[in-house]
Amino acid sequence: MTRFADATRQQKLVVFIGAAVLLCILPFVVQTAGNAWVRIIDIALLYVLLALGLNIVVGYAGLLDLGYVAFYAVGAYMLGLLASPQLTDTFASFKNAFENGLHTPWWVVIPLGALVAGGAGVLLGAPTLKLRGDYLAIVTLGFGEIVRVFMNNLDAPVNITNGPKGITGIDEISIFGVSLGKTQHFFGLEWPKVTNYYFLFLLLVIFAVIICYRLERSRIGRAWMAIREDEVAAKAMGINTRNLKLLAFGMGATFGGVSGVMFASFQGFISPESFSLQESVMIVAMVVLGGIGHLPGVIVGSLLLAALPEVLRYVAGPLQQMTDGRLDASILRQLLVALAMIGIMLSRPRGLWPSPEHGRLRAPGAETPPTSQGPGGELPVKLPHGELPPARQIPPTTGHIVPTER
Amino acid sequence: METFVQQIINGLVLGSVYALVALGYTMVYGIINLINFAHGEVLMVGALTSWTVVTVLAGLGLPGWALLLIGLVAAVIVCSLLNFAIEKIAYRPLRNAPRLAPLITAMGMSLLLQTLAMIIWKPNYKSFPILLPGDPHVVFGAVINNVQILILVATGLTLSGLMYLVNHTRLGRAMRATAENPRVAALMGVKPDTVISATFVIGAALAALAGVMYAANYGSVQHTMGFLPGLKAFTAAVFGGIGNLAGAMVGGVLLGLIESLGAGYIGDLTGGVLGSHYQDIFAFVVLILVLTLRPQGLLGERVADRA
Repeated sequence: MTRFADATRQQKLVVFIGAAVLLCILPFVVQTAGNAWVRIIDIALLYVLLALGLNIVVGYAGLLDLGYVAFYAVGAYMLGLLASPQLTDTFASFKNAFENGLHTPWWVVIPLGALVAGGAGVLLGAPTLKLRGDYLAIVTLGFGEIVRVFMNNLDAPVNITNGPKGITGIDEISIFGVSLGKTQHFFGLEWPKVTNYYFLFLLLVIFAVIICYRLERSRIGRAWMAIREDEVAAKAMGINTRNLKLLAFGMGATFGGVSGVMFASFQGFISPESFSLQESVMIVAMVVLGGIGHLPGVIVGSLLLAALPEVLRYVAGPLQQMTDGRLDASILRQLLVALAMIGIMLSRPRGLWPSPEHGRLRAPGAETPPTSQGPGGELPVKLPHGELPPARQIPPTTGHIVPTER
Repeated sequence: METFVQQIINGLVLGSVYALVALGYTMVYGIINLINFAHGEVLMVGALTSWTVVTVLAGLGLPGWALLLIGLVAAVIVCSLLNFAIEKIAYRPLRNAPRLAPLITAMGMSLLLQTLAMIIWKPNYKSFPILLPGDPHVVFGAVINNVQILILVATGLTLSGLMYLVNHTRLGRAMRATAENPRVAALMGVKPDTVISATFVIGAALAALAGVMYAANYGSVQHTMGFLPGLKAFTAAVFGGIGNLAGAMVGGVLLGLIESLGAGYIGDLTGGVLGSHYQDIFAFVVLILVLTLRPQGLLGERVADRA
């Protein structure tokens, strides 16, 4: 099989156009089987967006964040407050200021969501900079729980989040007067809500993939990976680890915030229940199961974990009858996710589709990468003993330093 | 004053439970550097097992303390076997895998145990019978009941027993050696696999004890009951300095005190803006503060540089 990277420009173009056409037709084909199926795809796309964001933090910078769902919540609640009757109902001053109700447009809400969540990310990152690995995981987990406790309890003494009951009546996004929440007709096709949102989410995911792809190959991305592999060495190489780690937190949180905004407007209803620790664990699982730090892997992982359990709902009915009501769809879903997490990790600890370079270099006994001047290769010129080679003749490495795993 | 003493008592009881669970975390982390996310679920399985045993045997007319003892023994046995199996199946094959892999498996295991418990025991709350009836005793105006006294005594005895085990027995020495350096320990004739299994079994027994006492004290059991105590016990372990047994005990008790005093006084302190339902965030605030100001924990010696 020829690798995608080796394909010519034209071949790549063909693949891209083919994929684009397929993705555009997809909802209209699936629609015929029922809007519920398009809805599943929508949710899966949201998870892809979330997983891509978390991948920046966990995959690139190597900071295990178990409270990622907090940023998702921040984005969702921001839209919930700015585009629903919640604030105008609570505060008389708001009611007077916005006679038609509070309806903040998307071009304010999306950047604001990104900004607020990003700020929250930096805020969380700041006190945790010194921590590593497991400690960081547990602190971020605590942070996520704190956010959830506040969402649950900020209905008294002043009702801000409406507590466990959640916020209802959140606006749908409408772009240039076209409401995505209503069924539209373009080009002789019917565009129900789920399809409208499908295209919005798809655009966001593509945008996110491009950002991630460019980041991965940028100076910043390389610096993150250096921090991931060995923070002390990265620091010694002149990388500003503090700022870069903060940046990773901020960038990841931004994605989470935007997904949150999308989720809130898509559902029209949010409650603290949607932002439990389980959700965080699920997103981490998507990133790690797919192949940590590897974009296609992360996308596959999130699509699999988000969509497969939904499909299983149809199997669950008979099973539920067989087991006296003990195995319903949600339990089955949990069971499968749990088994997948354990099983895939045991059989493929690097994920289903890990980054190829890593696997090749790290695997014990693997042949050296096919480069003429690899680390194991010979020096191009034989030099007399004790003399240093001229600087330009020192063979360049492949760029991958084999990390030492403890 | 009465509230103060009452909150101290509540805090000590809660702290004892945290300390017992925290020991399991800290021992496992000290030896194989893994946060055993499923540990809280072991507590839950212990509590539910004892509930089943106690309700099944309730008709035999045994006295309450005997029922509690039988329930406890059953819980300890089930949890020990369970944790032994978990380690063998889920963690051992990944001992040399990338660091995130066992952590993900641990989270998966936690989810799996919760789900299985939900299937086996159904998701509703079940009330745990009152096995040690009797009027509560009054101490400085505050009340303490029999179960709470039992919890304090049992925790004290167990902790001293564990300290003896770790510091004065062959197994304890092997555990300490493995925690220090598994390879060198292996060269000295210690079998790391056996030691790790033993650690998981001991941790599970402590968690089972904690689970039964938690259930007896709060009077209800459910499949999600292990999550928060587990998380807070881990916080306690970090608070005291992870890998350090005395630290886990001190951290557990302190965390219990902070939580219950905090919950008791937060309403007065903030003029009613924040109420006792914010109890759960104290643990996390403490955790963040400790890790920011003193990352090695209260009694930890090692700088947190081993990640």
